[in-house]
Amino acid sequence: MKKIILYSVLLIGSITFLYPFVWMLGASFAPENEISNLVFLPSSFTFGSYLQMFEKIPIGKAFINSMIVASTITFGVLVFGSMVGYALSRLEFKGRSLIFYIIIFTMTLPFQITLIPQYILIVKFGWIDSYTGLILPYLMNALAIIMFRQYFKTIPQDLIDAARIDGCGELKIIFRILWPNSIPALVTVGIITFMASWNEVLWPLIVIRDENLMTMPQLVTLFAVGGRAESQLGVKLAAAVILALPIVAAYVFFQKYFIQSMASSGMKE
Amino acid sequence: MRKKLIPYLLVSPYIIYFLVFVAFPVGFSVYLTFNNWNIISPMEFAGLSNYKRLFNDALFRKAVVNTLIFLVIHIPFQIVIALFLAELLNQKIKFRGFFRAAFFLPVIVSGVVVTILWQQLYGFDTGLLNRVLVKIGFAKIGWLTDPNWAMPSIAVMATWKNVGLYVILFLVGLQTVPPQYYEAAELEGATHLQKFFRITLPIINPTIFMVIVLSTIGGFSLFIEPYVMTGGGPLNSTVSAVLYIYKQGFFYHHMGYAATLGFFFALLILSVVMIQKKFVEKDK
Repeated sequence: MKKIILYSVLLIGSITFLYPFVWMLGASFAPENEISNLVFLPSSFTFGSYLQMFEKIPIGKAFINSMIVASTITFGVLVFGSMVGYALSRLEFKGRSLIFYIIIFTMTLPFQITLIPQYILIVKFGWIDSYTGLILPYLMNALAIIMFRQYFKTIPQDLIDAARIDGCGELKIIFRILWPNSIPALVTVGIITFMASWNEVLWPLIVIRDENLMTMPQLVTLFAVGGRAESQLGVKLAAAVILALPIVAAYVFFQKYFIQSMASSGMKE
Repeated sequence: MRKKLIPYLLVSPYIIYFLVFVAFPVGFSVYLTFNNWNIISPMEFAGLSNYKRLFNDALFRKAVVNTLIFLVIHIPFQIVIALFLAELLNQKIKFRGFFRAAFFLPVIVSGVVVTILWQQLYGFDTGLLNRVLVKIGFAKIGWLTDPNWAMPSIAVMATWKNVGLYVILFLVGLQTVPPQYYEAAELEGATHLQKFFRITLPIINPTIFMVIVLSTIGGFSLFIEPYVMTGGGPLNSTVSAVLYIYKQGFFYHHMGYAATLGFFFALLILSVVMIQKKFVEKDK
């Protein structure tokens, strides 16, 4: 009896979290007059909403923009994060703890204070409407540095010493010796970073005005608020489905890693 | 010599980044609070006028009050629901992985998607919630069109989106409770509630503090939800801190005043978190 109650509560819980997404998917394929019915399966499937959306906004271009921006940021955060994390955990130098405290300080700094001046910087550098403007301010990440620093500390010194004797330089040590032994840290930082930049919408709204350079969430946002969906709900929902799809697909395959990564990033903050 | 230089070379990209994108902006933002500037024409020294304006700005106060309303609803919901679901998941159950994954799904999806979805659920005439209300004999509610409901509606939506993350964090916390504690308490004849308040709660206290801090930061960072759903309305009841900075900065191009707002909201966030920390430490 107790078990039945337990499972029914859990089931109701999961339906609460899943139903809206299932409805969105169904509604995006439904004929316009059936969408507001809020049923799972429309009487007939149509790609009408998707076709109209592709006609109205450059969603394909936006997908490519988002891919370029999120991948570059992720790559940068991994490379620079492990370089700094390595120096902080494995090398002795003057000012090391100062740099560590600076990094901790930037983690506690609310972004509200840097938003306006960062925008002004981008304007003055001439990076409005460019990938550079989207990417550069996100290329370093304090949390990533801290996570790499922690992880590299657990790697045995012998491994590094052996590589040094073999004549490896520091960069080679980081990318050839430490990286293959730090897969969990790389996956965690990679997932958090990619997801955060894929879903970021405020910064693109500020620095990009050219529709052909917009990221996906930005384009969908402007489409949803800008009235270009012309109260056609189906088109709006189709745009939302396309926006959610890549991350949800990745989530279905790497679910365990997503949850672990997000949980460990929450723990650190 | 070369060996001494290597660490500095490795950290130099970060130093440059820090100076350009953190240190300079923080300094410049303080400087901006004493000036009026629309970026295009020359900057004008404004003395303390931005500060005076801020203290007399009803909309700034409104944004603070709105954020507090959001937090007062969001934080307790977040903690209670997350703890409840985590407790359920911590039982001996099958399909734990599935349930966990289901609760977590909204966390990974873009806020834009969630907002578009909930706009439909909250719709006045055709929204799911009002249909259910009408069916069970209640009047329709203007979830996003009634000034009294709009911010609470957004707070509920934000809870739905984020709670999965906190379920996981609480679950991790619950699993650190040694089972012997419960066994000993059971021998003493402790009830379920006693076990929860005397054993579980003290151990997961740090996790609760973390949920409060992260939710507070989230409340002050609220942007896309009001931007898409309400535009800050009705009657400014959903103007959030970041939405107000955004409007002043990128709509009216009042860079000096927008920087002043950003500066004060940042101070506010840090002080609220400090106060919360004091409370938690006193509890111990």
